[in-house]
Amino acid sequence: MSEQVIVEAAGIEVSFSVGSSLGARLRHQQHVLHAVDGIDLTVRKGEALALVGESGSGKSTLARAIAGIQRTNRGQIKLDGKVLAARRSSTDQRRIQMVFQDPYSSLNPRLTVGSILHELLRVHHVVPHHEVESHTRQLLRMVGLDEDAAHALPRQFSGGQRQRVAIARAIALRPEVLVADEPVSALDVSVQATILNLLRELQNELGLTMLFISHNLAVVRHLCDRVAVMYLGRIIEVAPTKVLFENPRHPYTAGLLAAIPRMTPGDESGAPAVKGDPPSPLRLPAGCRFRTRCPIAQQICAEEDPALTASGTDPDHSAACHFAWRTSLANAPETV
Amino acid sequence: MSGPLQLEVSDLRVQIAGQHGVVRPIDGVSFEIAPGEAVGLVGESGSGKSLTLRSILGLLPPEATVTSGKVVFNGTDLTQLSQARLNKVRGRRIAMIFQEPMSALNPVMRVGNQIAEGPRIHLGMSRAQSVARAVDLMRRVGIPDPERRFRAFPHEFSGGMRQRVMIAMALSCDPELILCDEPTTALDVTIQDQILRLLAQLCQESGTSLMFVTHDLPVVAQVCHKVAVMYAGRIVERGTVSQVFSRPMHPYTLGLLRSAPDVDRPDQSLVPIPGSPPSLIAPPSGCRFHPRCKFAEEDCKVSEPPLRLLDAGRATACLHYEQCLDQIGADT
Repeated sequence: MSEQVIVEAAGIEVSFSVGSSLGARLRHQQHVLHAVDGIDLTVRKGEALALVGESGSGKSTLARAIAGIQRTNRGQIKLDGKVLAARRSSTDQRRIQMVFQDPYSSLNPRLTVGSILHELLRVHHVVPHHEVESHTRQLLRMVGLDEDAAHALPRQFSGGQRQRVAIARAIALRPEVLVADEPVSALDVSVQATILNLLRELQNELGLTMLFISHNLAVVRHLCDRVAVMYLGRIIEVAPTKVLFENPRHPYTAGLLAAIPRMTPGDESGAPAVKGDPPSPLRLPAGCRFRTRCPIAQQICAEEDPALTASGTDPDHSAACHFAWRTSLANAPETV
Repeated sequence: MSGPLQLEVSDLRVQIAGQHGVVRPIDGVSFEIAPGEAVGLVGESGSGKSLTLRSILGLLPPEATVTSGKVVFNGTDLTQLSQARLNKVRGRRIAMIFQEPMSALNPVMRVGNQIAEGPRIHLGMSRAQSVARAVDLMRRVGIPDPERRFRAFPHEFSGGMRQRVMIAMALSCDPELILCDEPTTALDVTIQDQILRLLAQLCQESGTSLMFVTHDLPVVAQVCHKVAVMYAGRIVERGTVSQVFSRPMHPYTLGLLRSAPDVDRPDQSLVPIPGSPPSLIAPPSGCRFHPRCKFAEEDCKVSEPPLRLLDAGRATACLHYEQCLDQIGADT
């Protein structure tokens, strides 16, 4: 894996307005929901970077912003050093492609698999006209489908096969970056494995860079090189996968990892790994966003919003916690 | 396990008459639950696990009928009961927790009243008594400020809180058995952890038995003592959780274990199960898994292998289960 940066997102903000401004004033709430609230993220060429977090953390919104299908309110996205315009040219669109979660709703039900791919290849002039047919067959072979699949409609396929079609559609444009938003969450375990193996193979063969969004940490640990953990619109920790799983520095990451059900029977009599529900994104706590659920929160956490800072010893490992680099989490100051 | 069984399902068969023929989503399922035991039922979509759970309480869709088999609960065959008699069991002696709390709760009824309804109807409590009980239950399941939240509606609760309400409803009449249908699949991992711990603790305190349907093997490992694996409408393997997950005796279980990434073994490569689940209209002859099984031999195609009881509570429907064990031995 090279150190060369391919995607660089800086200061990304995406917000949605929720309900009326009057209603929000009456309820003492904001009516603007900051789904992504000032995020810097770099993706290196050829790596698989995971975005993990709970629902509502903004991971899908960030991924869609990077893929260019979600307008951002602020910030810029660079691809290979070049800033992408808010309205991307079709060449720029081609370079970042996306695979969606639900293979049942992301394919046009009225088009055969062949025509879905033909249309793309023609519109973007990927191959000369007379090669469209043969290239389609080649794409289907690459994702492990029969060549006959070109004549079938999406509804004639199972979930796993549809996801293969969606992947064929994404790689048809020979993108450099593949953004996969929970590509295996809707699939059964045995099918999930085939899709994960396929993504890994394609990544190696085509030298793809992958941004992989998932809430399943076992899948992430298996597939990805680096992990960025999101909480309420912010990235709170980034590290190489092995480092993150073995030495998490943010209490939320530590809780998230401890909450994963394990194959070895555990002791269910203890306290849960993370207490409570995440706060409403319309009423964010002042200071650190995680402090309401944090086991080691102090006075300073209510006053200062911790910035994402790198470790003194490992520039690849950053965390947004006041205590991340002071002591080990176990020796962190007791709650007062 | 000694002592009387709480629930004994034997040779349960359910069929659905569809446009393209008769489908048998449950085809000869037998299992048992002893008092205080937590049993997991795992399998992929379409294996019939949810339907099996629902048929215990007669909650099948109208087009499905139980064609044979018994569901004996503390000596009574539930399949023979009238709807009126069954209603005295539902919620009172056997409670159920569903996957989607939002669609299982009444959206226009205050959550406290939904919890209090059961004790009022089944236990004959007065209004004041049932309200006090509901508040107490809400506190036990970890809903903060229960006196005030009693008057809230389901839409005012988060997913995790709604599932706590479902658990409070299930516990409201001190049932002997709780049936859970993927209760944490719709929840985030930190909330799932909270709910699983809560369920395990509450059941341990009250000695309630649990039947847990899920596709998530680690969740079963956390909550259950025993596990049954379903494939195409049949149970293919049964045993304690540690036996089945560490020494699977059916190639399908082995396949499930090897295709799911294990967070503690990141370097293990994923081996998918080849092929896809069979059509239930015309299932394959013999063992239903044989077209996808790498250990399959001629005898697997001939007749459907029954679930054979081995020692120490294990059962397998594989004729050549030794091969699975050899494979596990070769891997480690």
